[in-house]
Amino acid sequence: MPLERTLRGVRLIGDRTLRIVERVGATVAFLGLILAQSGPSFRRFGLVIREIFYAGVQSLIIILVSGLFVGMVLGLQGHETLQNYGSEQSVGVLVALSLVRELGPVVSALLFASRAGSAITAEIGLMKATEQLSAMEMMAVSPIARVVAPRFWGGVFSMPLLAMLFSAMGIIGGFLVAVVIIGVDDGAFWSQMQAAVDFRHDIVNGIIKSVVFGVAVSAIATFEGYEAPPTAEGVSGATTRTVVSSSLAILALDLVMTAFMLKGWN
Amino acid sequence: MTNLVEISDLNFGYNDRLVLKGINLTVPKGSLVAIMGLSGCGKTTLLRLIGGQLRAREGSVEVAGYRLNHISQHDLYVLRRRLGMLFQFGALFTDLSVYDNVAFQMREHTDLPESLIRDLTLMKLNAVGLRGVHSLMPSELSGGMARRVALARATALDPELILYDEPFAGLDPISLGVIGQLIRRLNDALGATSVLVTHDVQESLKIVDYVYFVSEGVIVAQGTPDEIRASATPFVHQFVWGEVDGPLPFHYPAQAMQNDLGLRGG
Amino acid sequence: MERGTLNLWVGIFVLLGFISFLMLAFKVGNLTAGGSGSTYTVVAHFDNIGQLKERAPVRSAGVLVGRVQGVQFDPVHYNAEVTMAIDSQFKFPKDTSASVLTSGILGEQYIGLDAGGDDKMLKNGDEIKLTQGAMVLERLIGQFLFSKAQEGNADKGGQK
Repeated sequence: MPLERTLRGVRLIGDRTLRIVERVGATVAFLGLILAQSGPSFRRFGLVIREIFYAGVQSLIIILVSGLFVGMVLGLQGHETLQNYGSEQSVGVLVALSLVRELGPVVSALLFASRAGSAITAEIGLMKATEQLSAMEMMAVSPIARVVAPRFWGGVFSMPLLAMLFSAMGIIGGFLVAVVIIGVDDGAFWSQMQAAVDFRHDIVNGIIKSVVFGVAVSAIATFEGYEAPPTAEGVSGATTRTVVSSSLAILALDLVMTAFMLKGWN
Repeated sequence: MTNLVEISDLNFGYNDRLVLKGINLTVPKGSLVAIMGLSGCGKTTLLRLIGGQLRAREGSVEVAGYRLNHISQHDLYVLRRRLGMLFQFGALFTDLSVYDNVAFQMREHTDLPESLIRDLTLMKLNAVGLRGVHSLMPSELSGGMARRVALARATALDPELILYDEPFAGLDPISLGVIGQLIRRLNDALGATSVLVTHDVQESLKIVDYVYFVSEGVIVAQGTPDEIRASATPFVHQFVWGEVDGPLPFHYPAQAMQNDLGLRGG
Repeated sequence: MERGTLNLWVGIFVLLGFISFLMLAFKVGNLTAGGSGSTYTVVAHFDNIGQLKERAPVRSAGVLVGRVQGVQFDPVHYNAEVTMAIDSQFKFPKDTSASVLTSGILGEQYIGLDAGGDDKMLKNGDEIKLTQGAMVLERLIGQFLFSKAQEGNADKGGQK
């Protein structure tokens, strides 16, 4: 029956949609739980510092190297295109604006989700599978306060730093290609960039974006780990879900925020 | 002698499958009580009800004067500070050293100076004979050693009630004997009360004061170790002496063999 | 990992992040020490602003002196009201004129200020009276074609 098959397909779509909405809702509720139990993370900041090390410092290399490459590619491509219009000196503007506004926050958040987010999920998931979280609970210590919240805040603190490093590295990469290798005028490169990049509207907005991405990725990563089925299969599935959901969340949030920022929030 | 744990007319089920039916059980102060049964008979569920990880809906579970059915999160945490629990595979925190594992509760729940915590931690480790490994990570320990460290951690704050979930699972005969003796000695030395969930009959009969036998969610027999050894109840006899066939059949219930093999016999 | 090493690395990380922030703010962006961020606003009415947008630059003699803060339609005069934030360190005479200009032929549009000779200076909230709207390319081309056609007609008229 074609009608029956169509109905089944529509029902499947409804099913999936409901499940996604449920999951988003549960993640947001979990975020509330983390915030409510964040006291110890700040009273004993050493716990968070440890997580900044694992989330931030250990992502440094990949962020710096990727930033450099992305900036160099932007420099090459930008120069190639702009010289058709005789404005290759604007290559600095192109590199800086695309990095500071979009690529810095977005690409570093994507890298962060796959490097640190998946590690957080796997670690918390494994702690759950080996009953470490239950053990903690039995010792009258809340695993959300002691395990989840420090990892969450570690991620939230690391993300904007990584995004800024990515952008700075990318601009250096663009400078190397455009000025040092191709020979665009040094002064024009920087001055045009400075004239076009606005501190409040470009740089601060970029940082706001990266903070929001940091919250989203960290909440998703800790949620997936905490809710992972306590089996090897469950943990590996949760790790994959962290990367997929985080990436989608980053791109969707970016669209929304960009739309608001270009309109000036009103 | 008062009872530290008192369970009466307890029914418990996951979804609509009833796991425990009409359980009545008491644990007198200072005693070492074992709950025995086959894997999947509901004994771990029983332990979780005593530890407050699960809530009973019918009947009552009382631990140290607290009725656990509707206990608040706060009261539960207050109660759990007087509880120690040894998980099946130790559940040591893999990101902390042996020393930090044992010191964990002292740091979370007390304001003791670090020097005193150090002395107490080393004493606890000494009690299980592992003072020498305090700087190792849990991954560097053998299974038996990890279990002993977990035992030191469970008794770190001198609990009144210690719960053991399969303390003998997966141990070699020597470690098994060591753990058995430690459980008995710690119980007596701390003046604590212990509940032991296990399917290791021979080892536990050597150390416990009283035994409850659980089969398919019902207590089928109870008594002192001598009474159990001498028991004529067919199930207990089969269990204690490890016979292949008995009241508990070798075959899992299935439809008649002919049907499965497609032999219709006529 | 030893506590000290951990803190050291996190310290390096935070420091690197801070340096990159400074680089973005001062080397890449326009948050220069002299700019201090304090501005005063002036208003100007244009009959046509073309493609002028919020945050478009305001230049005088080609130097960036401020930015367009807002563009509104004035329902009383039926023209465009443009609010500009000018850097406080630049003072302009009261009879300064403003025009909507285009950088290059197809580049972005900006406001050019040409200083006048008045000894009174523009203050916060003042209005620039002398304005020149945007050149609209279509009209320009239209005028050009029209005048060519006129010439053509004139020539034909002469032959007759």
